[in-house]
Amino acid sequence: MDIKLIKSQFPIFQEKINGKPLIYLDSANSSQKPKRVIDRISKFYQKEFSNIGRSVHSLAVTATNRFEETRDIVKKYINAKSREEIIFTKNATESINLIATTYGEKFIQKGDEILITELEHHSNYVPWHFIRQRKGAVIKFAECNDKGEVDVDEIRKLISSKTRIIALTHLSNVTGAILPIKKIIDLAKTKKIPVLIDGSQAAPHLPLNMQELGCDFYAISCHKMYGPTGVGILYAKKKWLDELSPYHGGGGMIEEVKKDGITFAESPAKYEAGTLQTAEVVGFSESIKFIENIGIKNIMQHEKEIMEYGLEQLRKHNSVKIIGDPKSRGSIISFTIKGIHPHDIATILDEDGVAIRAGHHCCQILHEKFGIAATARVSLGIYNSKEDIDVLSKAINNCKKVFKI
Amino acid sequence: MDLKELYQEIILDHGKNPRNKKKCDGFNKEAEGYNPLCGDKVHVFLKLDDNKKVIDVSFEGEGCAISMASASIMTEIVKGKDFDIAKKIISEFLTMIREGSKITINNVSKNENVTMMSLSGVKKFPMRVKCATLAWHTFISAAEEKKETVNTEKID
Repeated sequence: MDIKLIKSQFPIFQEKINGKPLIYLDSANSSQKPKRVIDRISKFYQKEFSNIGRSVHSLAVTATNRFEETRDIVKKYINAKSREEIIFTKNATESINLIATTYGEKFIQKGDEILITELEHHSNYVPWHFIRQRKGAVIKFAECNDKGEVDVDEIRKLISSKTRIIALTHLSNVTGAILPIKKIIDLAKTKKIPVLIDGSQAAPHLPLNMQELGCDFYAISCHKMYGPTGVGILYAKKKWLDELSPYHGGGGMIEEVKKDGITFAESPAKYEAGTLQTAEVVGFSESIKFIENIGIKNIMQHEKEIMEYGLEQLRKHNSVKIIGDPKSRGSIISFTIKGIHPHDIATILDEDGVAIRAGHHCCQILHEKFGIAATARVSLGIYNSKEDIDVLSKAINNCKKVFKI
Repeated sequence: MDLKELYQEIILDHGKNPRNKKKCDGFNKEAEGYNPLCGDKVHVFLKLDDNKKVIDVSFEGEGCAISMASASIMTEIVKGKDFDIAKKIISEFLTMIREGSKITINNVSKNENVTMMSLSGVKKFPMRVKCATLAWHTFISAAEEKKETVNTEKID
């Protein structure tokens, strides 16, 4: 696999950052975009744009077809059972809010339990917190161990007759741990508890197969998958989409509107009120083609190699402490440097063109657990190479020099 | 070169060995400051006398070198001064951080002026400006007994 050739498809890497080549190690935050995605959006606006849905003119038909083709591409890519199970949202956050609100409204009552984990991003905690407030429900947190993982036994321990949903991440955006979600889903099935998976970090890096996984809900942020911002996916089993109420009200999601009553469209229209981010959704079809052209297994293998090299190089720095040591790790490494705050690390690295994330990464519960306010985080994409890690390592030396460590 | 302007000796020194980082004895006012974007926290303790003179001031907190050094420097600058004067100094400090102006107020010594100016490098790092200003806002909040935590997202 020619990484240089793949990287050359990303126009951003022609830019200089503080006079240096860009070393982008912040893909867990958002990935960069290949030219074919950018071009597809531009082409859609230039040649195919009009609003999708009801208009009968030719452009509307073309635009609608392109939009709906993307739904088919997504359906196939994640191996959903039917295209009606694919809902376009703004991002994974909105996907989770949609389920927390509609499912929570209908099925969660006072004293009922919502089971999440200490690894969750705020976007898989705060929406459940709203339900806790509104319904008087209880949120239980499955503990993560000192390796930064949550195991099946921990989930099993916390399931009770009051558990109404289990919501957890597929891949931690801090420790990089890949959770045993298949086992957790199988366990939940025996107890008839639905499971929502936050796939924000997993979707760009792991093969997705909804029918095999058997989860009830799966949330994706397309901008982390080399796709445009403003596009998210909610996968939900059809039975839920039929059973739950609409989330947003407006145009496009109705069947018939009268002064004394309204009936709603079937899924997916039922959950897609108003004009959506049409061009971006169409652009996302190219992201999936980009991933499929390389092959997700090849992406996994490449990123694993770079991640392991990264761990090896970071461990050579005595003052560097890596947060978590999961057995199964995605391409995310969070660390601290003794005597240098992560924000200072990020500022100094940036001078060398190295873009990392510093902070609590929207996981304050987890950072509190580890007794640290912030960490520095390196996260990889298909465009990263061992050379990037070497530049990172040198830039860390520069940090130590600035701080005289 | 900008990095050297940001992490000047004075800042590294205050960052590593912050002055007045404790709860000062007999404090009669306090306030908390918080930067929700990065989690930096600072808690300012203040002893004002009846004439509103800053008898003692200290802080506790955690955060980056810039925020800790800035808090440390703040305590050194305002200690012993009348609150009204301190407020004027802080106003000039905040303008300096935002606009890159000089400190011209004559209520600070030459040394104090140099110390405050050591933070001027943050102007070139817009994401770090709030690290440098948090403690100063929090000091005013303490003195004026504002109940709410100073939140960097709600101030200039």
